[in-house]
Amino acid sequence: MRNLKYLKNIATLKLDPGKCTGCTICTLVCPHAVFEMKNKKAVIKDLDACMECGACTLNCQYEAISVDSGVGCAAAVISGMLGRTDAKCCCVQEIKKRC
Amino acid sequence: MKNKYIINTIKFKGKDVPVISWQLNFSDIFGAVKVRLGIKRDHYRINPGLYALGTPDKASHVFVSANYKLSFDSLRSKLKGINAWILVLDTKGVNVWCAAGKGTFGTDELNLRIKESDLAGLVAHRRLIVPQLGATGVAGHLVKKHSGFSVTFGPVRSSDIPDFLKNGLKATPIMRRVQFPLQDRVVLVPMELVTGFKYLLLIIIFFFMLGGLSSTGYSFTTAIQRGILSSILLLSAYFSGAVLGPILLPWLPGRSFSIKGLFAGFIVVPVLFLGFLRSFSLLEIISWSLIIPLLSSFLTMNFTGASTYTSLSGVKKEMCLYVPIQIIGVIGGFVLWMIDRFIR
Repeated sequence: MRNLKYLKNIATLKLDPGKCTGCTICTLVCPHAVFEMKNKKAVIKDLDACMECGACTLNCQYEAISVDSGVGCAAAVISGMLGRTDAKCCCVQEIKKRC
Repeated sequence: MKNKYIINTIKFKGKDVPVISWQLNFSDIFGAVKVRLGIKRDHYRINPGLYALGTPDKASHVFVSANYKLSFDSLRSKLKGINAWILVLDTKGVNVWCAAGKGTFGTDELNLRIKESDLAGLVAHRRLIVPQLGATGVAGHLVKKHSGFSVTFGPVRSSDIPDFLKNGLKATPIMRRVQFPLQDRVVLVPMELVTGFKYLLLIIIFFFMLGGLSSTGYSFTTAIQRGILSSILLLSAYFSGAVLGPILLPWLPGRSFSIKGLFAGFIVVPVLFLGFLRSFSLLEIISWSLIIPLLSSFLTMNFTGASTYTSLSGVKKEMCLYVPIQIIGVIGGFVLWMIDRFIR
């Protein structure tokens, strides 16, 4: 089974090597193996695999990682654009930037 | 009757702690089938708080879960033979990953449940095993700071927990990865079918009503004839977008779900025209060639939310690009279909 990949060069994930202490937590929480350890620091190995879930950012206590996290759900984007907040979808979200 | 999965209760500091078993009974399995079909899916929840799985003691592991019964059942059944505590967070009946994204499976809620259940008095150790997908909502270092309990992120799938425990609480790289294999996509298909069905039904009724229109007036016979044909075609578009799209996901061309759905739609278009070619005008063929793939494209695009690897930035990008095309195409196809009614 090959790994499914989403759109190229779109993920907003950024890592500041200056702040990274090499604690490895990002490599543990990431569900898509985006990070790997190189010379005792985390590096982004596979940016296109990032789904912007935000697990790494939340668990990096050194604030070395940033990402505009959200849920990649078209129904939630539609609900958000229509200004709905009571949608049944589990992932209602505010849409900051439109097209 | 409602809480058949609770087999006993024990007392801890004057509070009742429900005892549960590893065994799923008929009502657990029947309940799982029902929610997969979207029946009372929003009410498939259990009470949050502490549960005793088997006969745990103060050295037993503490697993954290969500109060969506499907998540809870998956966890307890996969822990077969392991005595443990399960701390259930109030995620409003939503699974761990979605709830973590929303923040209800989160640091604050976890800290609250630790305090409320007096976990520190119950177990001698200070470690919680939180599902890895909960990391989107739970900041391990902040839980440690507020509660004294350190968070160990367990594997993505509960079925890997026994191996994770044997490995000394280490998950292998493969246990840490979310994938989206065929069986995971298949179980989501019924829900895809249920979600949009009422809209499909409205559209079908609409086509039935308009099908009788022509330049010479209204004919009920034509309405029925056209209506049946239209509903078969609409159902195929629905099938391709909601069933073929998700199932054939890795093999459909393109990275955008909209493009994958478009190709899923192309699959069903020729199949249908073989049978209907004779009674269809060119205009009608063009009209359905627009409606079917673009409706399918829209439906598969909506599968992004159920998928395990799409990002918000990506979804927004593909929607900005393809939603206008989907709308113009489907409305354009419909206008052509209406014009065809009157020039016959």
